[in-house]
Amino acid sequence: MKKDKAKKNGSEFIGFEKLGYWILRFALLLVLFVLGFIIYDIFTKGIGVINWEFLTAAPRVGMTEGGIFPALVGTLYVTLITVAFAVPLGVAAAIYLNEYAIQGRFTRLVRLSLRNLAGVPSIVFGLFGMAVFVKLFGFGPSLIAAGLTLGLLTLPVTVTAAEEALITVPRSFRAGSFALGATRWQVVRTVVLPRAIPGILTGTILGLARAAGETAPILATGAAFFLPALPDSIKSQFMALPYHLFIMSTQHHALAVVRPIAYGTALVLVSLVCLLNLAAVLLRRRYRNKVAKGL
Amino acid sequence: MRSRTEIMMQIIFWASGIAIILFLVGILFTLLSNSLPALSEVGLLNFFRPGLWRPGAFGEPTYSINNFIIGTFMVTVGALAFAVPLGVAAAAYLSEIASPWERELFKPIVEVLAGIPSVVLGFIGLVILAPILANLFNIPSGINALNGAILVGIMALPTIITLAEDAITAVPKEYRHASLALGGTRWQTIWKVTVPAAFSGITAAAMLGMGRAIGETMTVLMVTGNMIARPSSFLDSTRTLSANIAIDIGDVVSNSVHFHALFFVGLVLFVITFIVNLLADILIQRKPEVNK
Repeated sequence: MKKDKAKKNGSEFIGFEKLGYWILRFALLLVLFVLGFIIYDIFTKGIGVINWEFLTAAPRVGMTEGGIFPALVGTLYVTLITVAFAVPLGVAAAIYLNEYAIQGRFTRLVRLSLRNLAGVPSIVFGLFGMAVFVKLFGFGPSLIAAGLTLGLLTLPVTVTAAEEALITVPRSFRAGSFALGATRWQVVRTVVLPRAIPGILTGTILGLARAAGETAPILATGAAFFLPALPDSIKSQFMALPYHLFIMSTQHHALAVVRPIAYGTALVLVSLVCLLNLAAVLLRRRYRNKVAKGL
Repeated sequence: MRSRTEIMMQIIFWASGIAIILFLVGILFTLLSNSLPALSEVGLLNFFRPGLWRPGAFGEPTYSINNFIIGTFMVTVGALAFAVPLGVAAAAYLSEIASPWERELFKPIVEVLAGIPSVVLGFIGLVILAPILANLFNIPSGINALNGAILVGIMALPTIITLAEDAITAVPKEYRHASLALGGTRWQTIWKVTVPAAFSGITAAAMLGMGRAIGETMTVLMVTGNMIARPSSFLDSTRTLSANIAIDIGDVVSNSVHFHALFFVGLVLFVITFIVNLLADILIQRKPEVNK
């Protein structure tokens, strides 16, 4: 009798557990569904307006017709400046933290600053960029001011990715080179860095994706509503995809009319950012597996 | 003995490390120095007293950010109220129950989706969620605090899931084995052993999600309606601290009191997120002790 009861309770309990697992699975699926729905909605409603002209023509007739070419070019330019600033500095800082510095209070402080820098709201970067790059340095609202602002914002991403890559280079490699009489810089240049290239590349791609999607930091540092010509120097203002989407969905005088253009812009932006992120995730997985196999 | 290149490279790398600290200090210094003129003109307390943000009011401009703090608080709390339970449940599933192929498939998807730009989420809030909310609650417009809270929650979800999953996975296998060996079921093990052991990491995940929610700008700017009045419910239009900066930053007169007041709003935002992130950081640092 007693045994039977225990058995019955046991199976009831297993039934309860199964239900619990399904609730947790449901939570994950709900999250994936919501995010999947967002992508699906943008894809199905945006794909209709995407054609060669949309990607290669400038907006026309008060931005109610034409394409998004200047916004694409502007985003390309500004992200390139971002990466040109954030990647070398990020890699250098990672090399300092991982190869040169004696681990202690100071490196902890650098890492703490880095994590807090990652948590600073993007609009605060915008204020900083406006005060320092636009006004103090006198760049004015421009590609360079916005690029540097976004560069600061993406710095934590590039440092973290570079450091993660440096850590995967086995200590024995360094020890072997030091034993052969190599100096620290020689070890970094010839042994550590070449092996860290995939990780640095991952950080670069993540930085590009992050910079391409940000709007708040470029509001007052160089993004423009509409420009008749493409930027011709780093001191020019520029149009950018995320800012263009913002304009087309909230600031335009005929919102309903330009809704398809907004969807098209959203699709291009989401594709760009998600493909870059996907590339980074796959690249990171590949070299992590390689490291795991000891190659 | 060391060559000049050697010394030069060392200095370059060292300077790069210092630069990171300087950037953070530089941001704080810029916010502080630029808000001082507004502080002396308006007075610290007047920023926080109940009232309205009316920098353009003729004769007597007022700069109260009281309502914006309430707005930010509502959006953040509303977002976390559903994003934290949902995110932790999803993370527990991913790390404890999911089969390896599910993990291999879902984790990258979550990571990729973390990159959906906030302006795109704002757009979705405008075109999809707003009409739904308007119908559901029978109100003329779904542009309100609730819309902002839902979207900011969605935005914070990937952060919470990824970090909570890391924290749960980091709990040593021995804990689980001990619990199972004592006759605990998997379900009991998850909720009585693994998740409590990962508690500080999970809290840190929630805090970092909170940091993101507080600072989130474009999404709330697009979907909360941005009224300066005090919201009385989640169905009211509201304005957050971050959105207020974004709205005014475009056409503010340089070096006016208004201009400097915006930096003060930025300073408040910076200090709040800094404290939240610092607390999260302390919690994460505590993790190894739990794992010993």
